[in-house]
Amino acid sequence: MLNNLIAWLIRAIPFGTIILYGSMGETLTEKSGNLNLGVPGIMYLGGYAGYLCGYLYENHAANPNAFVCVLLALLAAFAASALGGLIFSFLTITLRANQNVTGLALTTFGMGVANFGGKFLLNESGYSSAPFSNAAFAYKILPGADSTGIFGKIFLSYGFLVYMAIIMAVILHFVLNRTRVGLNLRAVGENPATADAAGIHVTLYKYLATCIGAGISGLGGLYYILDYNNGIWNTSDQIEALGWLAVALVIFTTWRPLNGIWGAYLFGVLYWLYQYLPNLLGITISTYAIDLVQMIPYMVTIVVLIVVSLHKKRENQPPASLGIAYFREER
Amino acid sequence: MNAAAHVKEPFVRMAKRNDLSLKKKIFIRAIAILAALLVDGIFIFLITGLNPFGVYGVMFAGSFGTFMKFKWVLRDLATLLIVGIALAPAFKMRFWNIGAEGQILMGGLASAVCMIYLGNTLPNWLLLLVMLVTSVLCGALWAFIPAVFKAIWNTNETLFTLMMNYVATSIVACCTNFFRGDNAKMALINMGTKAGWFPMILGQRYTINILVVFVLTILMYIYLKYTKHGYEISVVGESENTARYAGIDVKKVMIRTISISGAICGLAGYLILAGKDMSLSTTSAGGNGFTAIIVAWLAKFNTFYMVLISFLLVFLDKGASDIASAFQVNDYMSDIVTGVILFFILGSEFFINYKLIFRKGGAKNA
Amino acid sequence: MIENALEIRHITKTFGPVVANRDVSMDIRKGEILSVLGENGSGKTTLMNMIAGIYYPDSGQIFVNGKEAAIRSPGDAFALGIGMIHQHFKLVDVFTAAENIVLGLKEGKKFDMKGAVEKIRAICDRYGFDITPDQKVYDMTVSQKQTLEIVKVLYRGADILILDEPTAVLTPQETDRLFQVMREMKADGKSVVIITHKLHEVLAVSDRVAILRKGEYVDTVETKDATELSLTEMMVGKKVTLDIDRPVVKNKKLRLAVEKVSCVNKEGVTVLDDVSFEAFGGEILGIAGISGSGQKELLEAIAGLQLVGEQSSITFMDPENGDEPVPLVGQNPRKIKELGIHLSFVPEDRLGMGLVGSMGMTDNMMLKSYEDGKSFFIERKAPKALAEEIKEDLEVVTPGINTPVRRLSGGNVQKVLVGREIAAAPAVLMTAYAVRGLDINTSYAIYRLLNEQKEKGVAVIYVGEDLDVLVELCDRILVLCGGKVSGIVSGATKEEVGLLMTKVGGKDPAEGGMTE
Repeated sequence: MLNNLIAWLIRAIPFGTIILYGSMGETLTEKSGNLNLGVPGIMYLGGYAGYLCGYLYENHAANPNAFVCVLLALLAAFAASALGGLIFSFLTITLRANQNVTGLALTTFGMGVANFGGKFLLNESGYSSAPFSNAAFAYKILPGADSTGIFGKIFLSYGFLVYMAIIMAVILHFVLNRTRVGLNLRAVGENPATADAAGIHVTLYKYLATCIGAGISGLGGLYYILDYNNGIWNTSDQIEALGWLAVALVIFTTWRPLNGIWGAYLFGVLYWLYQYLPNLLGITISTYAIDLVQMIPYMVTIVVLIVVSLHKKRENQPPASLGIAYFREER
Repeated sequence: MNAAAHVKEPFVRMAKRNDLSLKKKIFIRAIAILAALLVDGIFIFLITGLNPFGVYGVMFAGSFGTFMKFKWVLRDLATLLIVGIALAPAFKMRFWNIGAEGQILMGGLASAVCMIYLGNTLPNWLLLLVMLVTSVLCGALWAFIPAVFKAIWNTNETLFTLMMNYVATSIVACCTNFFRGDNAKMALINMGTKAGWFPMILGQRYTINILVVFVLTILMYIYLKYTKHGYEISVVGESENTARYAGIDVKKVMIRTISISGAICGLAGYLILAGKDMSLSTTSAGGNGFTAIIVAWLAKFNTFYMVLISFLLVFLDKGASDIASAFQVNDYMSDIVTGVILFFILGSEFFINYKLIFRKGGAKNA
Repeated sequence: MIENALEIRHITKTFGPVVANRDVSMDIRKGEILSVLGENGSGKTTLMNMIAGIYYPDSGQIFVNGKEAAIRSPGDAFALGIGMIHQHFKLVDVFTAAENIVLGLKEGKKFDMKGAVEKIRAICDRYGFDITPDQKVYDMTVSQKQTLEIVKVLYRGADILILDEPTAVLTPQETDRLFQVMREMKADGKSVVIITHKLHEVLAVSDRVAILRKGEYVDTVETKDATELSLTEMMVGKKVTLDIDRPVVKNKKLRLAVEKVSCVNKEGVTVLDDVSFEAFGGEILGIAGISGSGQKELLEAIAGLQLVGEQSSITFMDPENGDEPVPLVGQNPRKIKELGIHLSFVPEDRLGMGLVGSMGMTDNMMLKSYEDGKSFFIERKAPKALAEEIKEDLEVVTPGINTPVRRLSGGNVQKVLVGREIAAAPAVLMTAYAVRGLDINTSYAIYRLLNEQKEKGVAVIYVGEDLDVLVELCDRILVLCGGKVSGIVSGATKEEVGLLMTKVGGKDPAEGGMTE
């Protein structure tokens, strides 16, 4: 019983970490008023670039160093995803293309690049692995993972990206709510005309938030490949569903990174519900019903969306200018 | 003063323009597509070392190489186009129905259920009719739910419909698992009896799909342009204030239009089941629900433009598959090529709607 | 010795063909309250916007403290100690007062919200503002929001404060508080500019008055030497003879009776308060008032687009049915049409309400009639013929009747709209600012059309802003002030109308002689 519960949590937390990165990045982006539906594509880009970098490094370096490997992969993932964000920014902010359509095109593009590159550059099988990079990323950096019993198992036994996600969520929360930059950014997303009148460079804020946000989202893809998926590149559509789940999580958390921490793990718990709950309750669920359970995170998100729109509590609403291009108009 | 005046006028500024002739519009778009193909060509060359012209030649053959290939193009074109048609009224009303994927799946699911449970009891024509009705209703229902919330409580429809996709995916996953029993994959439904399958016309079942979509292209064009409903959609999409002034019941129009949009998506699911796949999976919609958003948007809701854009996308897709086999690269390349072209077309819209005004050199200021 | 805080020299600003300010020169002194007075469209706000960095002048110079300044953005203005409080508040609703105040500032290295709050408190204490720094803006009243805007400007260290019609949204008590604050700021050595067209306020609060008329500077006078009458004369100018016809129609019939109509807007502010009047077929009833006095809501209430209070009653006498009274309260535009009532309405927002900008003339013709007939399909023959007819008769300049009306010039857009509304053979024709932004010829064409309708026995309601036109065109003029009827006059001079426009609290016994 207890073992089941522990095992459940141990699976839920890494799963949550993937979408936590995705949703943090998207939260930052949306706070600037940009609705980037390219998250799945961006996570593909990040995951692939990070993987490629690690793979090439460990196969070409004479004496691969774990730290260098991690650093290179992180940089590559962030840069590639931020580049995706830059494409989106240029099209929607400078060229004023529709955000929804551009985001979806970015998803197509990102998936294409990652899967094409994955197959073409790595090997033709569409499957390859980077065990060294995986070991570097999955290395349990916290002491006591094995010596503190259940506590260690549940809380200390993950790669560093799990903890970095939590730290980043806290930092993001701090930046958004306690700094001048965060205040200005939120003003841009809420009321760009007012921000403009207050002397804030609206375009610059939008660009930076979208690109950095995309970079953070991309780390989710990196974590998925190099840690969660044991360093195996598998050309498939797996990341896409995770990307949309990250978008759902943004809504679920009502645009608050701190909510994201528990929200992401809750989504993880819900995702793995089908495997552990029947055992815990001592019942058997028909295999076909398992899939039904998978829709729970989305259902919960829909409920949150509805409740938020019914309640009309101002703090929980999406940024007021979300999805709308801003340009200063002369009379 | 002079310095001030100079700083004041930026090097380049933009102004809205609305007087572009059709010729110029086509010209700008053609440039965009050519530029995209050029970028793609460079990309292909850099990555693979293949001659881009050779690649494009093969690509062309991917759609026009054989009659069979061309028929496949038409089949896939029909599937993408019908979803674009479904989305046109929604987008024209500025309602972001991102949930076509789910609406297609629910339509397909309804068809599959009918095929499985009524396959042996009803004559085929009646079965096909029942499938049609239930699919359309299911698709409409899946769109109706977010529409009601949007109309009454202004719930964000983009996010709502997006989430509905995955609820639908889960339901379909559950059902297919149930239907397939111990089989690894869901086989063709009613393989033996062919109940609920379209009859063969001109040697293909999907001929009916093509015909239906062809008719629908014309009908939707007429609906949007020549009916009172279509007129209401235009007014609501342009300005809700004007709609109120004209005495239009905005909520009613919204719910009705989105239900129609969903219903056609449901119909698409029906066509996929009865005329194309004869089987159901979570990927039955095949991403068409998303791609069609781009189709509908770029065509500015004109169904005939949609034919062209759908064709372009299917052409790229097919071409990329052929390149994949001919040059032994993989067919994900089509996603890249498509993505780049979409970026360029989306970006080119800017040059159709705005003009850039460059600062005149040495302009005098009093 | 008098020191000028700011000097404006030969400023001209145009928007396309419209000249908003022509060669304006004036001064703002240190430690004074200056009123900038003028009618709607006299260019007051544009001029002040140029000082605040919203617009940049086409030509002319601005001197701040004796030095020439180029003010290209609100940031530049702040740096020069100039702050403006706009009519439409520039606040982020979900932020607190303090957050709105520090927004966009770059002071200090550390983001010190506590320090900011203390500074805000200090400012509030000094001037007696009632602002809670951590209150959210969406919880604030209009008056609090305005106070917040003032604190925001003071926080940025402004020495010159410009208030754009600050009292338009305030109750009399709140207005008194604001004036008190302005006096305290003046005592502090700051220059306060108040844009207004309310004469009693000018007299109550300011030291000097600068008057603008039709984009041009008229004069600056000491308030102590001015009277309401002298100011009105300068504001409205010498009587201009426009030669607008005013045919006399006999046999006027009661067409519309409005009784005790009141209306509350989304923000909970009463915008119409106990409005009663009658409109007759065969006359043009003018509605005058400072913009935002309830004109828009009144017309929308009659058209069925505005919810009204319980006591309200609007009755239409149906000429096609023996002048049978028909109640209009609680109806929407479609129901009104289904009742067989021909009510035409030319709204203020032409392309955002009256027309569909992306559609051509033909499609716009059927905006209100597309539902006619049982067919599922739309009938374009009649609208097309009508479009052709209007294009011909009103000389609409358009590449074709299917060219989106958005592409037409303002005057042609208005011809399309007015043409359509008149073509519906109305019994009541309501127009809001029908000639705003139009050139002289088009304006006269519109007056002619309205007079034709009047002679046909239509009850025409004309909401206008140019008093010269109102006085010449209209048989009677209803004056709205703060949502109340401050008088219904006939044969009044524009000075008399102007005075009624600025009366607080409606009926002043002294004006009783003019009230019907």
